[in-house]
Amino acid sequence: MAHSGMRGLSVFISDIRNCRNKELERIRVDKELGHIRTRFKSEKGLSFYEKKKYVWKVLYIYMLGYDVDFGHMETLSLISAPKYGEKQVGYIATSCLLNENCDFLRIVINSVRNDIIGRNETFQCLALTLVGNIGGRDFAESLAPDVQKLLISSSCRPIVRKKAALCLLRLYRKNPDIINIDGWSDTMAQLLDERDFGVLTSVMSLLVSLVSNNTDAYWNCIPKCVKILERLARNQDIPQDYTYYGIPCPWLQVKIMRALQYFPTIEDPNTLKSLLEVLQRIMMGTDVVKNINKNNASHAVLFEALALAMHLDAEKDIMSQCVALLGKFIAVREPNIRYLGLENMTRILLVTDVHDVIKKHQTQIITNLKDPDISIRRRALDLLYGMCDVTNAKDIVEELLQYLNEADFAMREELALKVAILAEKFAPDLSWYVDVVLQLIDKAGDFVSDDIWHRVVQFVTNNEDLQPYAAAKAKEYLNKHVLHETMVKVSAYLLGEHGHLLSRRPGCSPKEIFAIINEKLPTVSTETIAIILSTYAKILTHTQPPEPELQDQIWSIFKKYEGYINVEIQQRAVEYLALSKKGVSLTDILAEMPKFPERKSALLKKTEDTESDTAEQSALRLRTQQKASDALVVTDQRTANGEIKAGQLSPVKLPNQNMNVNSEEQTTTNGALDTVDLDPTLSTDLIGDLLAIEGPPSISVPTEQTPVSGLDQETDLIGALALSTVDEQSNSIKPIGDIEEWFQALCIKDSGVLYEDIYIQIGLKADWRAHQGRIILFIGNKSTSSLTSVQALVLPPSYLKMDLSLLPSTIPPRAQVQCCLDVINICPSRDTSVLDFSYRYGSVMIEAKLRLPVVLNKFLQPISISPDDFFSQWKSLSEPPLKVQEVVKGVKTLSLPEMARLLSSVQLRVTPGLDTNPNNLVASSTFHSESIHAMLCLLRIETDPSDRTQIRMTVASGDPTLTFELKEFIKEKLIIIPNARPVPSPTSLQTQNPVLPAASNDDPGAMLAGLL
Amino acid sequence: MIRFILLQNRQGKTRLAKYYVPFEESEKHKVEYEVHRLVVNRDPKFTNFVEFRTHKVIYRRYAGLFFSMCVDITDNELAYLECIHLFVEILDHFFSNVCELDLVFNFHKVYLILDEFILAGELQETSKKAIIERMGELEKQE
Repeated sequence: MAHSGMRGLSVFISDIRNCRNKELERIRVDKELGHIRTRFKSEKGLSFYEKKKYVWKVLYIYMLGYDVDFGHMETLSLISAPKYGEKQVGYIATSCLLNENCDFLRIVINSVRNDIIGRNETFQCLALTLVGNIGGRDFAESLAPDVQKLLISSSCRPIVRKKAALCLLRLYRKNPDIINIDGWSDTMAQLLDERDFGVLTSVMSLLVSLVSNNTDAYWNCIPKCVKILERLARNQDIPQDYTYYGIPCPWLQVKIMRALQYFPTIEDPNTLKSLLEVLQRIMMGTDVVKNINKNNASHAVLFEALALAMHLDAEKDIMSQCVALLGKFIAVREPNIRYLGLENMTRILLVTDVHDVIKKHQTQIITNLKDPDISIRRRALDLLYGMCDVTNAKDIVEELLQYLNEADFAMREELALKVAILAEKFAPDLSWYVDVVLQLIDKAGDFVSDDIWHRVVQFVTNNEDLQPYAAAKAKEYLNKHVLHETMVKVSAYLLGEHGHLLSRRPGCSPKEIFAIINEKLPTVSTETIAIILSTYAKILTHTQPPEPELQDQIWSIFKKYEGYINVEIQQRAVEYLALSKKGVSLTDILAEMPKFPERKSALLKKTEDTESDTAEQSALRLRTQQKASDALVVTDQRTANGEIKAGQLSPVKLPNQNMNVNSEEQTTTNGALDTVDLDPTLSTDLIGDLLAIEGPPSISVPTEQTPVSGLDQETDLIGALALSTVDEQSNSIKPIGDIEEWFQALCIKDSGVLYEDIYIQIGLKADWRAHQGRIILFIGNKSTSSLTSVQALVLPPSYLKMDLSLLPSTIPPRAQVQCCLDVINICPSRDTSVLDFSYRYGSVMIEAKLRLPVVLNKFLQPISISPDDFFSQWKSLSEPPLKVQEVVKGVKTLSLPEMARLLSSVQLRVTPGLDTNPNNLVASSTFHSESIHAMLCLLRIETDPSDRTQIRMTVASGDPTLTFELKEFIKEKLIIIPNARPVPSPTSLQTQNPVLPAASNDDPGAMLAGLL
Repeated sequence: MIRFILLQNRQGKTRLAKYYVPFEESEKHKVEYEVHRLVVNRDPKFTNFVEFRTHKVIYRRYAGLFFSMCVDITDNELAYLECIHLFVEILDHFFSNVCELDLVFNFHKVYLILDEFILAGELQETSKKAIIERMGELEKQE
């Protein structure tokens, strides 16, 4: 019989196995634990051998599922044992019993480090394994340099180096700062020359992680990766041990292709050609074979090759080959391959437009939706969801609705969500959308989240022509005897808001509607009672002149709920009663809800939230983020056709979000408008929106975009409709991303994106020399048609001289133009300059005001300074205005190292130890400008450990303006600016359809700085 | 990356558990229970992949033992499926015709082998020969 080689342990394991039941096992375990505990506590101290014996038992007991809350110290102490046998136990047990979050793991860092830097190779391996498996941030900070050394050492054996590579990968995942990118890419390239395949496999995993964070730095690895892949694919010079069922190291092939998927493109034509050949070879040469292992291994490679080919968006031939292969796969019997076929079809949809080809397989895919294996059903659902468009939406949605009845519980919620999204996205007409969602609630109410019915309400509220239809439908459903509560909620809500539109139809008088809702009242939950009470209040408002009988009924219900146990309901009852007694003058308070500001569908957000976490960002996701622009174009066109109004992808612009230089003027003309729209924007809670009785006082301001209110409904209806079409056209082209974030990022680095929307991307690269700088703007047309009337204008503030080179007024499709901006700094200032950029796409004029990252820190140069120099300068600048001091409150809570990092990011060199008080930071830098040339600036920050939100800051320099500006500049960086960023973002963007106030001639930079 | 590896028998007894991301103790018990529930009743004709929370489990059954690996949703399924098989081949070679009892009595050896095969949730060595030779080296040191 198998035995452990340690008698005591084997006996114990046998004992446990012989226990007839769990109870006896527990008794045996408790006895053993008691024994071990006494031994561990004994005064005499145990030998390493004894400890080893007990630690194995402890580990075994732990594996049986018992909690072992002692013995950790003994386990850890074995790590420093001198003999391998004991040390090994310590290491293995530690990595099983503890994890990176255990504080006392720290106490062994030193022993572990000693093993890593020691001479004993076996000990090195043990230590690297431990750190690779459970190393946390502490380990990363103290061990990374040693691990790097082992990885690149030429004297270490492969066994050490492959462990070092993966150990470094672990540490890098914990703290990416441990690898200094400069120079490391060359090291990585060298490591790829490795002959040992174990080391190569490990290094490749490291590379995947590195490139997923930073593709720019590692492009030099591409040719080598392709070379290795070529060698593997052709089976040239591959050691027999690394051939798995005849396939040359499939795992390494997969890893290499994974790494290559992170590079946006492969620029070198020869490398690309070789790579495509390899991919072609893999795709053509993979056959189905009998041996399951060989089959799996070769298909693992094949599927990765498909993924890479899709990423490269290769030539048409290869893509159509991909689709053909996938089409074959989704019809095979072998479940794994079929599963992967479905999965990859969904992926290919995300990267290229193959909808038409895939639609041919629709029937086959629907068959898979009924497969007995839930894993396959899930993939089929994903694929149907992904391939849905306007042409097949009806079929697919109806298929899914039907499937809802038989679907697993585990899938229903997801299914319901997806149906709702598809119905919204691709509705051929809005009444169909309402039909689908109501059916959904009817069939699977339990699985319909609030977001779904909130969304339908939002749609109906925003589309007047839909309201009578929706109300009628709601009424129809309420006639049913058995009804899901969500249906009661949505019907009650819709009838409250729009029920009066039906009043001429038979059976739809206010009284009848009230009666049918009231039937449901006794059986619903408090949340629904709240909605129903609001509905009653609204019914009363719409019944003019009042019907005494109805009024009495409703009032008596309000009275009944005045003493209800739930406060919310109590309050509603009391308030509605009081309000409705006030009569007509308060109608406006209970008027219909105004239109909702368009926002991204909460449903879509939900699907995004469920994206899982992965060790490396998915290459596909990185790519689809860029591709998102295409989706936008499609929806926009549809919107223009008027088929669907303002889908979730084409948000209607809010008036108060517009920013232009004359924001003041706008506020005065649209003064009241701001308050109208602000409210709904601010409240994020949808249910709050729906139920808020006060709502935005829409009625008072009948300006454009003001929602139609109950009172002037009849007169304004036509006008309102007309207005709503204007609304549609004024859809703005929104930047893909956050302009403010881009700007902030560029303030501390010198290249990156300045602006991007669906048509254009503006990249920026800057080079700074003392008080001069040169910025190059790369303006790329992403679309397939020309951009015209391209214009860029710089409005420099008084402290800068700026000179912008000429820009061609047309950018051809998919082309990039460059434009150069020379900058000279005249004197210190915190103002920013603005680039006024505009272009025309088709008939749409798009304009952006972009802050340029020409900020104070660009003219700073960090300087190290000796204590003597520092103090002599510090003392000589003794008085304001050359040296100023300020106590700053409301500071972001930063640790000292964080603060130091922040300072060095804006080019202030922190000199540790200069100030004897460890709570203080001292930094220095040189400022360059035309007027004062190079000027030394000194900074001291005194923090208060008991109150991190305040600091005392002293700034000194030889120029009063510089001192003041620098002080304010640093302060801005340190304090929390309320509301994170100025609401009227100075850089927001809009189409020029609405009349824009003429650009101001004032210095916009100065104004913008004022906003901060 | 591999989040964790589990070896469980049909009754749900864990024979080996290796976690490459930190889990609380109570959470580990839950995970082991859930994964067992998830795989034990699946038809042999089904796929070897099943979604588990925000990740996926790639599993394979050998006699009464289930080998399960929890990996990222974006990882290559078949590569991990064969990774399991390679591990089984290594165990089989090392114990010459491995059975569940070998793994029970020599659980510490299994950990050692695993540490030569996978590290930090990534594959470290894919040559059976290299790993077996390495184990020989280590046994000599003991």
